[in-house]
Amino acid sequence: MAYTLNVNGKSVSVDVPGDMPLLWVLRDVLHLYGTKYGCGVGQCGACTVHIRGRAAKACQVPVQNATAAPIVTIEGLSADGSHPVQKAWEELDVPQCGYCQAGQIMSAAALLATTPKPTDAEIDTAMNGNICRCGTYLRIRDGIKRASGQPVNMTTGRGE
Amino acid sequence: MSTASVSVNRRSFLKVSAAAGGGLMVALYTDAFADLLAQGRQGGAPAAPLTPDAFITISPDGIATITGKNPEIGQGIKTALPMLIAEELDIDWKDVRVVQGDVSQVKFGGQSAGGSTAIPGNYTPMRQIGAAARAQLVAAAAAQWSVPEAELTTAAGKVMHAASKRTIGYGQLAAKAATMPAPALASVTLKDPKNFTIVGKNKVGVDVHKIVTGQALFGMDMNLPGMKFAVYEKCPVFGGTVVSANTEEIKALPGITACFVVAPGPSLANGVAIVADTWWTANQARTKLKIQWNEGTTATNSTMGFDRSALEFSKKAPQTVTRNDGDHGVAMKEAAKTVDAAYQYPFLVHAQLEPMNCTAAFKDGKMEMWATSQTPQQGLSLAATACGIAPTDITMHLMRMGGGFGRRLANDYIAESAVIAKNVPGVPVQLRWTREDDMRSDVYHRAAGWHFLSGGVDASGKITAWRDHFVTVGKGTMPSGSATLGMNEFPARFVPNFSIVQSINESGIPTGPMRAPGSNALAFVMQSFIDELAHAAGKDPVAFRVALLDSTPLPIPQTQGPGGGGGGGGFNAARAKGVVELVAAKSGWGKRTLPKGTGMGIAFHFSHSGYFAEVAEVTVDAQKRVKVNKVWVVGDIGRQIVNPSNANNQAEGCVVDGLGQAMGLEITIDGGKVVQKNFNQYPLIRMKDAPTTIQVDYLLSDNNPTGIGEPAMPPSIPALCNAIFAATGERVRSLPLIKHGFSWA
Repeated sequence: MAYTLNVNGKSVSVDVPGDMPLLWVLRDVLHLYGTKYGCGVGQCGACTVHIRGRAAKACQVPVQNATAAPIVTIEGLSADGSHPVQKAWEELDVPQCGYCQAGQIMSAAALLATTPKPTDAEIDTAMNGNICRCGTYLRIRDGIKRASGQPVNMTTGRGE
Repeated sequence: MSTASVSVNRRSFLKVSAAAGGGLMVALYTDAFADLLAQGRQGGAPAAPLTPDAFITISPDGIATITGKNPEIGQGIKTALPMLIAEELDIDWKDVRVVQGDVSQVKFGGQSAGGSTAIPGNYTPMRQIGAAARAQLVAAAAAQWSVPEAELTTAAGKVMHAASKRTIGYGQLAAKAATMPAPALASVTLKDPKNFTIVGKNKVGVDVHKIVTGQALFGMDMNLPGMKFAVYEKCPVFGGTVVSANTEEIKALPGITACFVVAPGPSLANGVAIVADTWWTANQARTKLKIQWNEGTTATNSTMGFDRSALEFSKKAPQTVTRNDGDHGVAMKEAAKTVDAAYQYPFLVHAQLEPMNCTAAFKDGKMEMWATSQTPQQGLSLAATACGIAPTDITMHLMRMGGGFGRRLANDYIAESAVIAKNVPGVPVQLRWTREDDMRSDVYHRAAGWHFLSGGVDASGKITAWRDHFVTVGKGTMPSGSATLGMNEFPARFVPNFSIVQSINESGIPTGPMRAPGSNALAFVMQSFIDELAHAAGKDPVAFRVALLDSTPLPIPQTQGPGGGGGGGGFNAARAKGVVELVAAKSGWGKRTLPKGTGMGIAFHFSHSGYFAEVAEVTVDAQKRVKVNKVWVVGDIGRQIVNPSNANNQAEGCVVDGLGQAMGLEITIDGGKVVQKNFNQYPLIRMKDAPTTIQVDYLLSDNNPTGIGEPAMPPSIPALCNAIFAATGERVRSLPLIKHGFSWA
């Protein structure tokens, strides 16, 4: 069955089963590998993308339900890694293994789009769907603060 | 400069050759392969930098491409080892490009990620390789200018001759350097560390830009033209085998390429493979699989059964005696205060975020693989064994890994991938496990354990008696992997009447190393029970530990080996005391007035050659909701932190990992199967529950640099539990905390 999607500003057509999760369409059909598979049940958030500007877990969206709204993946967040969240992540050397970080960045970017200067509590709520198994949560929080122009806790050194 | 433990093969020597376009390649070869090399291994043409054969390739534009030889699992080694090379090469870090080395003992010596060994094993050899390349460039400049080498200096990728005010870039020297004889590795001069410009400075991970922009990098991101996808169904009961399967029916489904039974082999479980055009199709076809399993003897294993039988063991004489100093029985009778306590910790899975996967293509008798592995050289050998081809017929590329934590020390999924690819020759196949596969088929569970302790203190508050009846899992009298308690585990030797005895719960559950193996559980038991004895003695937990470390230990008999914590190396009480005292000072231990319901806990542990002491400050409310206000970490891992930004990240991650395990994680076994299926039943810690401040400090000591990815983790769990005791008076003797009604605030 053919479906037309709007991914990163481009209209693309895919011929896949309607129940195939958007995650696998992005990765295995459109070869966009930034969106990751971690659990397949909406628990880890490694597959977080933006659908109509809001953070969504691509493993929980059958492709047949994804045709109406623009989809943005980590590859489309900026052309060159210049989104403030991406820059902050680099500056603060946030990742360890890095596998979850595209999802973390997409959740953080969606938060900042609606809440330019989030509080710690707002960060906690927005990021609760994203697991970092390596435990880089302190740096993720700092990255969000750096990206939103708020002071960063540098008790323990990070980044160059 | 001592060469410590050199992971680069002792028979290694450098080979210097020209790179494409007038560049320099500095590579490492072992003499066993010298003949092969002399024949021109690559047909004479130098390899392009993207398929590195060399540790260092300098191109005419002055860019140095440095190979990171070790597997990158998130520990930062792909940045740290090239930093060591670049430091001695004396080049600007911005002029360095790092590529991942393929799997080859010949080209790169040892390649592994485990035991926090990469820094201690490679600190000197990587520097020597960089220094050798620098010497090569200096020799080239000396020849070009006809001046003595001694008059030349280097900095930021240039050779300078002060007397004649001449400067030349490495790139311009590369072609000439390639014609100079290679120096002997051991003879090169290394920098005085006070002149370091890269090592010891914060460097952002070399893959971070690719990570934040979502570029293909990880094992599962591998893609090949015409690639198909595989799933592999194994018995949910460990060791179970296939009696029959409806493979013909599955083959007839649309989009299915192949479906077949894979015979069991070394590190290869019997199961049914499905290969399809898309992974979704392959995985959907699993729902139609009808397999009759022979579940085997492990089907009788259960967590409830293990718990019950451990309790029975505790009432009986032990099966074996691991250590027996003095007379525990008499000491208990003479003690001023005694404590009996039963400690227990559960099975765990690694839960690295990227599930197992491997991509392989088999054609004309040759296999090419794109693998994730912490032990890729063993993975390559295993793949060769599994499909009956020579290791030399396998080319293995190493991909970045979405976490390791010890899971990727086993290569079972690589064996599966190789066998599946061999069954569909000419077709590249990516084997991909689901999260559910990953949770039910972890071949290296962190072993559950039970410790029945009895200890005593004398009137002066000194520990005089300690006995641990350790019940572990295993077969017969042999404990399962990483399910042991060594005879020198602290406080062994520091307590006069001390015994460790052991009994074994018969188990078929596979266990093995998980981050800080052994230590990740033992630190909780030992440091919690020390806290109990401190409390019984009416002593401050820090002062009590310092006094224990100050007591004269029994010697370690030569016949017993070094012992004293994972990764070997004798336990040094002065170093342990150093980190305990420093973390107490950093945290304001005993100096601050804490509100009711808030408490501080301390713990220290030695493992993997590293000494770590940690203090947690927690607030616990009436509903037993726990908030970790702050954690202080002090580590002694030698005289040099290679990349502080990364080391700090590891230490913070270790603490967060430990806190998460302690609060919520448990794998239970029923009918020989893992009960938990996915993260909804295995609640990894989330951001809102992690502390917002972890202060990491290092006690730089005059010891060789060692690793941090493991030893920083074990103290975090007892520090938390001891803090909960300080805040509430409730002693936690089994994990996870949620079983005792605790939750995160």
